[in-house]
Amino acid sequence: MQNTQDSKLHTQARRIRKDELAARNYRLAASFPLFLLLIMVVGFFLRTQPLLEHSSVWEILSGMQWRPSAGEFGLLTFISGTLSVTLLALLLAAPLCMLTSLFLVEYAKRRALTAILPAIDLLAGIPSVVYGVWGLLVIVPLVPQISSFVQPWLGSIPLFAANNPTGYSILSGGIVLAVMISPIIISVSIEVLRSVPDGLRHGSLALGATRWQTIKKVVLPRAMPGLIAAIVMGLSRAFGETLAVMMVVGNTPLIPRSIFDPGYPLTALIANNYGEMMSIPLYDSALMGAALLLLVIVIIFNLGAALVLIRANRRAQV
Amino acid sequence: METQIKIRDLNVYYNKVHALKDINLDLPRGQITVIVGPSGCGKSTLLKTLNRFHDLADDTQVTGHVELDGVDLYAPDVEVTEVRTKVGLIAQRPFPLPMSIFENVAYGMRIHKLARGKELRDKVKHYLEVAGLWDEVKGRLNTPARDLSIGQQQRLCLARGLAVEPEVILGDEPTSSLDPISAKFIEERLEELKKDYTVVLVSHVLRQARHLADYLVFMYLGEVVEAGPAEQVLNAPKNDRTRAYLQGEFY
Repeated sequence: MQNTQDSKLHTQARRIRKDELAARNYRLAASFPLFLLLIMVVGFFLRTQPLLEHSSVWEILSGMQWRPSAGEFGLLTFISGTLSVTLLALLLAAPLCMLTSLFLVEYAKRRALTAILPAIDLLAGIPSVVYGVWGLLVIVPLVPQISSFVQPWLGSIPLFAANNPTGYSILSGGIVLAVMISPIIISVSIEVLRSVPDGLRHGSLALGATRWQTIKKVVLPRAMPGLIAAIVMGLSRAFGETLAVMMVVGNTPLIPRSIFDPGYPLTALIANNYGEMMSIPLYDSALMGAALLLLVIVIIFNLGAALVLIRANRRAQV
Repeated sequence: METQIKIRDLNVYYNKVHALKDINLDLPRGQITVIVGPSGCGKSTLLKTLNRFHDLADDTQVTGHVELDGVDLYAPDVEVTEVRTKVGLIAQRPFPLPMSIFENVAYGMRIHKLARGKELRDKVKHYLEVAGLWDEVKGRLNTPARDLSIGQQQRLCLARGLAVEPEVILGDEPTSSLDPISAKFIEERLEELKKDYTVVLVSHVLRQARHLADYLVFMYLGEVVEAGPAEQVLNAPKNDRTRAYLQGEFY
C-alpha cells in the first residue's frame, strides 16, 4: 500500500517537472524571434559605426548629397523617396480597400465574398517582380498621359507639375505599390469587419436604420481601430517593398516635388548599390545605415499597429 | 378582440428547407401574443417575418402576406425601414450599440429625425423611465452602454426600441439570456406596455407563456397547430399535440 502511494507521488512529481521543463523550453523558443531582431539591429548598428564616426546622425539624415567618392552620404533624398512613394500608395490604396471590404462584408452576397477572397489571396502571392514588369509595361507608359491630361487644370500646382517627360515617377511607384499592398489591407479589413457581431447590426437595423446608417454609426466606430491597424500593416509592407518600386520609380537621387518627378527610395538605394564600389571607404557603412533606418521605420510602424490592435481587442470585448 | 396583424398563406424557405408552412393567423391589438413550441419549430422564423428581418439573409424566401392594420408589409411600395420603425424587436441577447447610454436611446430618434435638443433629452429620459432604467443610469448617461449589466442592457435595448415609437414590439425570447430577477423585470415591463403596444413574444418557457400570454400560438414543425385566447388554449387545448406539449411531454 505504502509502496503504490509512493510511486504515485513519484509519477506526479515527474509530470510536474516535465511541465516546468516544457514551459522553460517554449519560453526560450518564443523569445527566439525577438533575439533575431535584436541581432539584426545590433549588427547594422555596429557596421554603421564607421560612418557615424565620420559624420553625425543629423548630417546623414538631413544631407541632400549622395556622393560616396567625395565622402558625402546624405540620406534625405532617399528618405523622401521612400516616404513619398509609400504615402502616395497609401492614399491610393486605403480608400479603395476600405470601400471594397465594406462592400464585400456589408452589401455583397456571401457567395460573392467566398468567390473573391481566394482572388485576393492570390494577388498577395504574386512575386513582386511580376508587379514590377506589369508596372513597366502598363503604368510607366500610362503616367505621361495622365500627366498631360491633368496639366491644364492642376499644372500650376507644384505637386502636379510636369518636369519629367518619362513615366518613371513617384506616381508609377505609388500605383504599383498600391496594387501590391491592397490584398493585405483588404483581407485584414474583411476579417475586422466580420468580427463585428451581427447582433450589433441587427440592433441598428431593427430600429429602421438603413444599411449605410448602420455602417456609419455602428459598424465603422466599432471596427475603426482594426481598420487603422489594417492600413498600418499595408504601410509597413509598403516601406519594405523594393524590387517592383525600383523598376518604375526612376531612381534619381532628387527630392521629388511633384508626383510626376522621379524618386529614389531607401530600399532601391541598398539593392542597387550593395556589392558595388565597395572599395570606397564608408560606402558599405552608409548602406548599412540606410538598412538600419528602414528597419527602425518599419519597427516603429509595426509597434504602432500592435498598439492599435491591442486597443481594438479591448474594445471588442463588450 | 380586434386584429392588428393579419398573416395569410405565409411560407418561408431557407434555401430549399420549408421552414414555415401556410401560416394563417390573426394577432390581437393591445395584447400579448406568445408563440410557443419546441426548438426548431419556426417560432423565431415567424417572428422575423413581422419586421422583415428575413430580407437580411441571401437565401431566405418569404411568400404570402403579413398585414399591419391592413397594410401589406411585403408590398413592393412599402419601405423596409418604415416597417421596422413600426415593428420594434428586442433580441434574445442585448447588443448595446458602441456608444453612450444616452446615445443608444437617442440613436433611433436621431436617424428618424424625431426629436432634437431639449426634446430629445426629455424623450431619452422618458423612455429610460418606461424601461425602468432611468434611476440606475441617470448619473452616468454619457458612459459607454457596454458597462451596464446584461439585465440593464436588455432594458436599454427596450428603451431604444420604444424611442422610435413603434406600434408593435416583438420579443425573441427576450429574457432567455437574463438572470431570473432581470427576466422578471422585463416581463413586468412588457405587461405594462401592452396598454400602448401590441406585443408578440417567442418563448420556450411555458411558465412565462402562462404568465404573460393573452393570446397563445402553438407551433410544431413549421406549422401553427393551435392558436387562440390563452385561457382557452392553456386550459382546454383542442389538439392532442398542444396538450402533450403543455403537459411537458416534449420540448
